Amino acid sequence: MSDIVLDRVTKRYPDGALAVQEVNIEIADGEFIILVGPSGCGKSTTLNMIAGLEDITSGELRIDGTVVNDRAPKDRDIAMVFQSYALYPHLSVRENMAFPLRLAKLDTATIDRKVNEAARILDLTQHLDRRPSNLSGGQRQRVAMGRAIVRNPKAFLMDEPLSNLDAKLRVQMRTSVSRLQKQLGTTTVYVTHDQTEAMTLGDRVVVMRGGVVQQIGAPQHLYEHPANLFVAGFIGSPAMNFVPAAVADGGLATALGEIRLTDRLRRAMERADAPREVILGIRPEHFEDASLVDDRMRAEGDVFTGLVDVVESMGSDKYVYYALDEKARSAELEELAADSGSSDVPASEGQLVTRLSAVSPVREGDHHEVWFDLGKVQLFDPSTGRNLTLEA
Amino acid sequence: MAAFGGTDTRARKLRWSLLNTLVVVYALVPVLWIMSLSFKTPATLNDGNFIPREWTLENYRSILSTTEFLRALLNSIGIALIATAIAVVLGTMAAYAIARLQFPGKRLLVGVSLLIAMFPQISLVSPLFEIERTLGLFDTWPGLILPYITFSLPLAIYTLSAFFREIPWELEKAAKMDGATPGQAFLKVIAPLAAPGVFTTAILVFIFCWNDFLFALTLTSTERSRTVPVALSFFTGDSQFQDPTGSISAAAVVITVPIIVAVLFFQRRIVAGLTSGAVKG
Repeated sequence: MSDIVLDRVTKRYPDGALAVQEVNIEIADGEFIILVGPSGCGKSTTLNMIAGLEDITSGELRIDGTVVNDRAPKDRDIAMVFQSYALYPHLSVRENMAFPLRLAKLDTATIDRKVNEAARILDLTQHLDRRPSNLSGGQRQRVAMGRAIVRNPKAFLMDEPLSNLDAKLRVQMRTSVSRLQKQLGTTTVYVTHDQTEAMTLGDRVVVMRGGVVQQIGAPQHLYEHPANLFVAGFIGSPAMNFVPAAVADGGLATALGEIRLTDRLRRAMERADAPREVILGIRPEHFEDASLVDDRMRAEGDVFTGLVDVVESMGSDKYVYYALDEKARSAELEELAADSGSSDVPASEGQLVTRLSAVSPVREGDHHEVWFDLGKVQLFDPSTGRNLTLEA
Repeated sequence: MAAFGGTDTRARKLRWSLLNTLVVVYALVPVLWIMSLSFKTPATLNDGNFIPREWTLENYRSILSTTEFLRALLNSIGIALIATAIAVVLGTMAAYAIARLQFPGKRLLVGVSLLIAMFPQISLVSPLFEIERTLGLFDTWPGLILPYITFSLPLAIYTLSAFFREIPWELEKAAKMDGATPGQAFLKVIAPLAAPGVFTTAILVFIFCWNDFLFALTLTSTERSRTVPVALSFFTGDSQFQDPTGSISAAAVVITVPIIVAVLFFQRRIVAGLTSGAVKG
């Protein structure tokens, strides 16, 4: 157990490509930290640099206060779980888990004790003598975890360890990974591109984009106070709605109609010296069916009437989609769309996703009125992506 | 398709079996013929019967009693084994580097080794002959081992690098994370997984060396280093009027059998998919 500090860590490939740029992260002892971002954002490269599988071009990596930039992976006392699990196919489960201990030249009795202990924790005891090829995906994943925990390393590194599992199993394993980490109290760095995993697992989340850290913080903090458009759009599912807005006298002209500027928004815009054109962001759950909202709430929000495009009833909630005439444009939003694959779906106009109460009588094809909470509205600068409503 | 599947597949099976039988017969008849000749007595050699009328082991007895053949057999085995061992060790290292590392001149190296494999060997015979005579390698074991390594290395590198490429790189990273040095990672993880590939390559290289006639003919002159294929061609009967066909056939059978046995024996190991289950799949 120990702390890990990345101090202006940079990775530049020989061809000049900058994969990771001046990353500063201080990971406390026992902390569970998530590196998240779209593919190619440098999260895996960062993890590999902590592991020692890739060289650090510049900056310092300290584990327990010691600079380990030039140490081989084996001298860093860190265990890693790979996306593909990387189990040794010619060895049994027992031998796979014993492999690191055998390399550490422990005596046979100790190795047996530790392997049996890890197998018990991970519920692998009855599979110890099988080969990886005879195990299911979930069992292989647990063997990979087992191989990491037997050594009692200073830290665990996990590179998308659940992404090869099917959806249901992934949710189960997510809980057990979280429980295991709490139980062992080992510092853990976990890479994922799945924002749900990031939100649910981590003590803190590091959002990366193009090799640059966008924001570091507790999941709830990132959710409520995203530093920029990218974080706002990446965290949360379904994603935050973005609509273009122009500052007009006393209000904002948007695809949701004329929105009055509350004191909070006005102050934020003055403080941030906002441009005339901004992007308005609001999450689907900050909408509600206008007929279900009382007067007091109505006064704190605004309403929008639009043609209901699609209604998805989830049982607990209803996702209601409205078509909008305009779509917010910015480099960050385009990158997010490309990552989620939605840029492949041709759509010239925008879309508004709202999450309404299950009792809402809304039907497809209706012109329906929804209320939204002005207190939750966030404004972004389209050119820099900066969140204008973020309190300093 | 499913409704008519029965008759359709039966007809197809029949067609394929017929075709397969044809190919196998075409390939095996000469081999069986040689075997049949090797069991015939000199008097019945030319009687045209596929199955010998009079069976005899005399041909085998005669070749195995001459030092000419035994010495050639020893040369063949020794030279082929040494050349194979060296080529496979060098090939493994080269193939590993080609499959795993980025280094300047990699494409050139692969290109040149392919070029060597394509080179018509006959064009090199005279220069090699001159070089080896000058260096004193002519008619020695190293004199044959060296060219064999040269020409089998490209083959070894190609087959082995294909095998190495199939081994997930993450296994090596995992081994390093588990505390292995690069050497340990190679010996304990990569090498066992590459074993089927190494066996396959070793057999291919061995067969190449074992079957070579051109170099063995031109780069040897005496029993010191003459290999079996060449010794065979020098076989004569006991007198100049005696037909050596029987002895040649017997010797041909003796040198063919080890290859067939080796292939049959190692086939299982070659086919065994050791890498399955390494990663999700």
